[in-house]
Amino acid sequence: MSMKVTKHEYQHLVKETMPSSRVLRNVLAAFVTGGLICALAQVFFMGLEGLGVDEETAYMLTTVIMIFLGALLTGLNIYDKIGKFGGAGASIPVTGFSNSIVSPAMEYKREGYVMGVGARMFVIAGPVLVYGIFASVVAGLIYYIWTQVM
Amino acid sequence: MSSRTGKQTIVLERPPVVIGGAAIVGKKEGDGPLARYFDQIIDDEYFGEKSFEKAESRLLRDTLVKTLEKCGKSASDIHFIISGDLQNQCTAANYAFRDFQAPFLGIYGACSTMAESLAIGAVFIDAGAAEMTACITASHFCSAEKQFRYPLEFGYQRTPTAQWTVTGAGCILLGKQGNGPRITRLTCGTVIDMGIKDANNMGAAMAPAACDTILKHLEDTGRGLDYYDLVLTGDLGSFGRSILARLLRDNGVDPGDRYDDCGCMIFDLERQDVVCGGSGCGCSAAVLSAYVLELMNQGKINKVLFVATGALMSPAWIQQGDSIPCIAHAVSLENTP
Repeated sequence: MSMKVTKHEYQHLVKETMPSSRVLRNVLAAFVTGGLICALAQVFFMGLEGLGVDEETAYMLTTVIMIFLGALLTGLNIYDKIGKFGGAGASIPVTGFSNSIVSPAMEYKREGYVMGVGARMFVIAGPVLVYGIFASVVAGLIYYIWTQVM
Repeated sequence: MSSRTGKQTIVLERPPVVIGGAAIVGKKEGDGPLARYFDQIIDDEYFGEKSFEKAESRLLRDTLVKTLEKCGKSASDIHFIISGDLQNQCTAANYAFRDFQAPFLGIYGACSTMAESLAIGAVFIDAGAAEMTACITASHFCSAEKQFRYPLEFGYQRTPTAQWTVTGAGCILLGKQGNGPRITRLTCGTVIDMGIKDANNMGAAMAPAACDTILKHLEDTGRGLDYYDLVLTGDLGSFGRSILARLLRDNGVDPGDRYDDCGCMIFDLERQDVVCGGSGCGCSAAVLSAYVLELMNQGKINKVLFVATGALMSPAWIQQGDSIPCIAHAVSLENTP
């Protein structure tokens, strides 16, 4: 007695009966989480400007503060819960980027600071860095050529 | 001596006895519905060790010691330790038993390892190669996440078909003589790959393997599923369980209410935030060694078909775009009069 189902039929059955993601809930949670993180950054930015910091430095300092907060909350075992609730809303802002670097660094500490922390730190953020930097180089080149021609 | 019946089934002529078993689990499993059956619940996810890998190893060692203690046996009574886990190269088991003098067989069948271990142990005893074997497997949520998924503190959402790796271990001592349920039939599965590529949907990947092994078992033994008081898969989770029930019905076998899944039993799916339920080779091992054995020893159930299922993939193969080959082995446990 063998199963009376082909690969194709089975994959179709799985696709049809699979529980689906709660899209509306996830989208709303991402909107609220991402929005709150950005609003918090805006508060820091305005505070810095209020202290007389010039605009460009205030932007930079705000980013530094948010990266620090992301790392701190990761170390305190809180950011994973924010990520679980907010999904992309928690991973897209710079705090999520910080989480993606600090979390493997924590996990691989037992394997030592060179082959553990050093080698594994960018295991999640690596692709973002590679393609982010590559894209900025391409954009820079296009901008340069554009300004030379015009 | 063991003999073969049909295509894939082994009949044990002098069925080995389950002398006893023990299970040790982590905190989350200890908050689940089967808590009172486990021998020990440990809150510290490191089990007093310095890493999750070492914790998993410690879990195996402690569970074997606990089982020996419960059964009134000593380490020198064991002729073979047959053990596996989810770490690369089965290292949790390798390191766990380096201080034991018993011959050791390290095996890997992903979450099906417990059934594989029982099958080998039972045939060894029936063949006269051993008087007593220890069959033991473990998994650890944290070491499995590290190896197969993301770092623990990485914030992301699990997909609706994901499962939660159980932190726990189960051990069963098999012997030639004694009182207890006996292993009477074994059906070893073939590798089944229905083309599922989603590593977060292992229940659906493994369900056809479970279906195939159950159908082969019924065909080879001439039994109906109603021969058993309990048919137990491990660990398809809630989605895999519903798909298996559907596959069985489509093939003319009614699973009825005698069918359940270890992954759905070890956690409270509503309350414990584990999505589709438990997984990992510690899951079915702990449920079998603690809960099922207790029920059988009390005579509440007398005939159990234990079908442990495994997804035999690695992250590298999945990243290379291949699908997930799966396996299921069935072990028939019976209280004989």
